[in-house]
Amino acid sequence: MADDLLPHQGAGGAEGIIVAPGERAADQWEAGRHPPAIGPWRLAARRLRRDKVTLAFFGLFLVLVVVCLLAPVYANHIAGISPNANNITGTIDVGGVQTSVVSPDGVPVGPTWGSHYLLGADENGRDLAVRLLYGGRTSLLIGAVATAIIIVFGTLVGLLTGYFRGIADMILRPVMELIWSFPVVILGVALGTALAFGGIGPIKGNSLFIPSLIIGVVYIPYLGKPIRAEVLRLRSQDFVEAAKVQGMAPWRIMISEILPNLTSTITVFVPMMLAYSILLESYLSFLGAGVQAPNASWGTLISDGLTYIQTTPTFSLIPGAMLVLTVLSINVVGDGVRDALDPRAQVRVRT
Amino acid sequence: MLRFVVRRGISAILLLFAVSIVVFAIFEVIPNYNPAQAIAGRNATPTTVAEVSRKFGFDKPVYVQYLDTMKLIFTGQVIDYQDNLNVVGQFQQRFGVTVSLVVPAAIFWLLAAIALGSVSALRIGGTLVDRGVMAAAILGVSVPVFLLAAVLLYLFAFKLAWFPNTGYTPFLQDPTQWAYHLILPWFAIAVLSVGFYSRVLRSNLLDMVNQDFVRTAKAKGLPARQVFVKHVLRNSLLPIITMFGLDFATLLGGAALVTETVFNLPGVGQYEAAAIGNLDVPPILVGALFTAFFVVLFSALSDIVYAVLDPRIRLTG
Repeated sequence: MADDLLPHQGAGGAEGIIVAPGERAADQWEAGRHPPAIGPWRLAARRLRRDKVTLAFFGLFLVLVVVCLLAPVYANHIAGISPNANNITGTIDVGGVQTSVVSPDGVPVGPTWGSHYLLGADENGRDLAVRLLYGGRTSLLIGAVATAIIIVFGTLVGLLTGYFRGIADMILRPVMELIWSFPVVILGVALGTALAFGGIGPIKGNSLFIPSLIIGVVYIPYLGKPIRAEVLRLRSQDFVEAAKVQGMAPWRIMISEILPNLTSTITVFVPMMLAYSILLESYLSFLGAGVQAPNASWGTLISDGLTYIQTTPTFSLIPGAMLVLTVLSINVVGDGVRDALDPRAQVRVRT
Repeated sequence: MLRFVVRRGISAILLLFAVSIVVFAIFEVIPNYNPAQAIAGRNATPTTVAEVSRKFGFDKPVYVQYLDTMKLIFTGQVIDYQDNLNVVGQFQQRFGVTVSLVVPAAIFWLLAAIALGSVSALRIGGTLVDRGVMAAAILGVSVPVFLLAAVLLYLFAFKLAWFPNTGYTPFLQDPTQWAYHLILPWFAIAVLSVGFYSRVLRSNLLDMVNQDFVRTAKAKGLPARQVFVKHVLRNSLLPIITMFGLDFATLLGGAALVTETVFNLPGVGQYEAAAIGNLDVPPILVGALFTAFFVVLFSALSDIVYAVLDPRIRLTG
């Protein structure tokens, strides 16, 4: 790790000179030439390795993901109840006292801090700790699917409108502008409520795919716009002109000439969009327009818990803390990745 | 100026038209959704449903329904499906609450962001303030406002009982109670934006300090304070103004719906949230148009402020 900081480490060529594999770049430097150039990815990786804060939060994110993925293990081996199993009439042993999971007037039991009903129950007698983990899985899954949609279609829209301009612009840009000019929460909520009611085609109203799709669509312009600007800049560069002169088909130019140059922009957007998607999912679920019963997500758990904020605040605050920690860790990692990839980071005054 | 107003006016009308079509279309294409059934209730007989359908005009072709609805909206006669209330009347009645919530919060977060952004860029107070602003910015974009509202409500209204838990008192009735009830909601809306805004301002300020005109101003012998306020800050505020205009407009149009719901404030957003939950099309449609109107208005206003702050920019629309 320490020798990474030395300037002569790093494969690849010195400026304009292709170094044969195996030949030490350091030898050339010692011969009085320029220090060897290192690729932007290597440089970024090197900067990231030194960025302890980013690494720590990346670790936190991984832990949260693993904990959520282990939800079935917790449900089967510790809590012994599935996330959507009702248990309204059941009783549990809290500190030697038999307590009903849901009291006769409908108030669920609070945190027991034991293996059963660790964080308490909801009105249907469902184990909140199990639902917290399954809900986290749902939130992360929706975030990931939405991010995939944003990345694929945002890049596609950006490439098409940036490369072809004219006709593609005429069709796609007004649509993008329209989505862009709606406040995301209002558009997302309207779509969410509408689709949760009827579903689309073969997809049922309570499918997790619906919120993913809505979030994806709402955020496509956020990626499409900057990608388009980048493509506009790239398409007038010499290497694209050269490819055109060689008679390369437009789709091939887009895929093999322009797309590789977009990867660092796209990389910066992946964590950002993941954080945005998970947050928007929680807003939609909070307003009843996201994840539908009987499934849970962190948003629905916070919303359900609000009824008891006065007596048992942990119902809302624990899923809230999980949500904030997850989004925060993604945002910190995203910031670190951006700083590492940003070519300006080298010359910028350290502030 | 006239040219600017006319061009902006035309694009505003086009945008409002597009927004109304999109919102109407969203609810038109939902399969299995029958508004007449929703109005008549789950247990209504088919005859009742048919009657309701005729009364509200759901049996007419889509474009006729659209035109009828738009006509009702612009003559102020449209009623919601849920409670048969006049939608435009509801918006008029509730707008005061939303203004009371959003305007002071927005002023607070803008001023706080300008102060914090400047302090952090000028490194008054060392790196600590600077790091604090960075952390606040990241935290601000990681916490959903409804969660912050819930935490505030729990801590300060229930646990410590410093503030009333929910509800609203009109300003004219009792200004002290008005402010007392709104302090927590103001804080909830403002605090998450302060970090982000001050961070953007800070990076603008740092980009601006190295510009030639700043060096010229310093070389002329202008006092440092004047260089900062008149040259650096003034130019750094431009991008903030666009952002602020858009955020402020959407909040006025009802994007504060989450805060209004948690704190039980009878504003525009709370009405929209209820309508969304009930698939009540007229209030959603009016709400979307209302928001779009403010978005257009404030984007034009922020362009005017732009031109005032930066004389190189001309208003061309």
